[in-house]
Amino acid sequence: MAEVDTSRNFETFVRRWLKPAAFVIALAPFAWWGYRALNGQLGANPIEATTRYFGDWALRFLLIALAVTPVRLLTKWNGIARLRRMLGLFAFFYVALHVMSYVGLDLFFDLRLLVQEIVKRRYITVGMFALVILVALAATSTDAMTRRLGGRRWRRLHSLVYPAAIAGVFHYYMMVRAGFIEPLTYGLILAALFAIRMIKKA
Amino acid sequence: MLIRRRKASDVASHEITSESAYLDRRQLIKATGLIAGSLALGGALGRAQDAEGAVLPAAGGKFADLKKGYAKLGENDKPTSFEDITNYNNFYEFGLDKGDPAEYAPAFKPLPWTVKVDGLCNKPGTIDFNDFIKPHAVEERIYRMRCVEAWSMVIPWAGISLAEVIKRFEPQGSAKFVRFETVVRPTEMRGQRSANLPWPYIEGLRMDEAMNPLAILAVGLYGQPLLGQSGAPLRLVVPWKYGFKGVKSIVRISFVEEQPQNTWKAMNGTEYGFYANVNPKVDHPRWSQASERRIGDFRRRPTLMFNGYEEEVADLYKGMNLTRLY
Repeated sequence: MAEVDTSRNFETFVRRWLKPAAFVIALAPFAWWGYRALNGQLGANPIEATTRYFGDWALRFLLIALAVTPVRLLTKWNGIARLRRMLGLFAFFYVALHVMSYVGLDLFFDLRLLVQEIVKRRYITVGMFALVILVALAATSTDAMTRRLGGRRWRRLHSLVYPAAIAGVFHYYMMVRAGFIEPLTYGLILAALFAIRMIKKA
Repeated sequence: MLIRRRKASDVASHEITSESAYLDRRQLIKATGLIAGSLALGGALGRAQDAEGAVLPAAGGKFADLKKGYAKLGENDKPTSFEDITNYNNFYEFGLDKGDPAEYAPAFKPLPWTVKVDGLCNKPGTIDFNDFIKPHAVEERIYRMRCVEAWSMVIPWAGISLAEVIKRFEPQGSAKFVRFETVVRPTEMRGQRSANLPWPYIEGLRMDEAMNPLAILAVGLYGQPLLGQSGAPLRLVVPWKYGFKGVKSIVRISFVEEQPQNTWKAMNGTEYGFYANVNPKVDHPRWSQASERRIGDFRRRPTLMFNGYEEEVADLYKGMNLTRLY
């Protein structure tokens, strides 16, 4: 009896606190940036530092969001699925900050230059491709949109998160000058997550 | 009167014996294993008392009587802060992040240092750092520095004329290029423990570029000896070229007939060339070179041809296709 009670208490506890806790943790990178920005700790080139920092976290959260289903399949802990949408939206949140920093701070809203760069620089073209997909996925992330699209169509649309993540990793790989280990690590993690999903579903 | 004057000059010369010269002499004595008593012996005493023994002031000290050299700046050129110059660096020998050099360079203890000069010249040799610098006047030169990544700084260097150095070693007529090599010390330079670039870092200049009066070998900035992250103790500064041409912590200078394979060109020849002249009209394949962000500024500013040194260096490239020979 006592054992059953503890496990039930634990489940209730997790159900109540998992999401708020994940929300706060997911905001921590943003808070840390804010703290450093306010204290002038972003270094000699704060605009570059900001763009890179949010880009890094956008990629990390994409991988974290994509890890939810593989983790569920491996651990059979279905409760984690409740974090999927929120983590996906956090990935989009950091993508949006990354793009805002580039367009607003780096290019200072020079839209003509932005168009030129999208056309001319392949790593930016690839990045924009990922952005367009992620905007569509974020816009259709609500319950109402899921209902409107219908489960099957919604799932098909949202499987585009993989091409978006591949493009994101590639975007990073294409912009580094040397030291390809980090982008390759992201690529390997992405491949592993995809493989787990395929194997477990088969 | 005469006697008084001599006394006064004695005092003055005593006063200018910097702490660093004193410390370096102590190191020299240690290194040669001399005990204190043997100082009384002629040769050792003579060397120990040589006021010109060390060319660098001690850590935290400033160069004495630094001559004012070229310092032509534009209206909007203000020297970048020492803090920014020494904390935002590309020096992959210490790591890939801009902050890595400042963080990890303290493990790098450059001195004692020797420079090997070889190749097609009449006076090759391996020269102690102090002897390498001593024959030349250390001057302050305030230059713009434009990185190939489209950011820039203004840096008050302390350095010696590269042309004067080259003349001293008497290059032969067949020497068409000068090749520079960075030190390899993976135990002190943690970035060299990974293969992000092939080590040693190599750079080169055409002989006439190297002889241009703007080219210097820097030993300091803001009147102080270079820190590890800035390329201590000796680095190249060629302000009309992208920053990666400014090879750091130089241990070898060679006079050669063929164009040296510089590291970034060897790594990725479609993005980085041998000449690497600052040119707003020739973009890097992945980003525009038309503008740059001056460290400390919010908005970008237009990049100038040859980084604003067109008057001084344009003649070197007359008739050359700078789009092809980037």
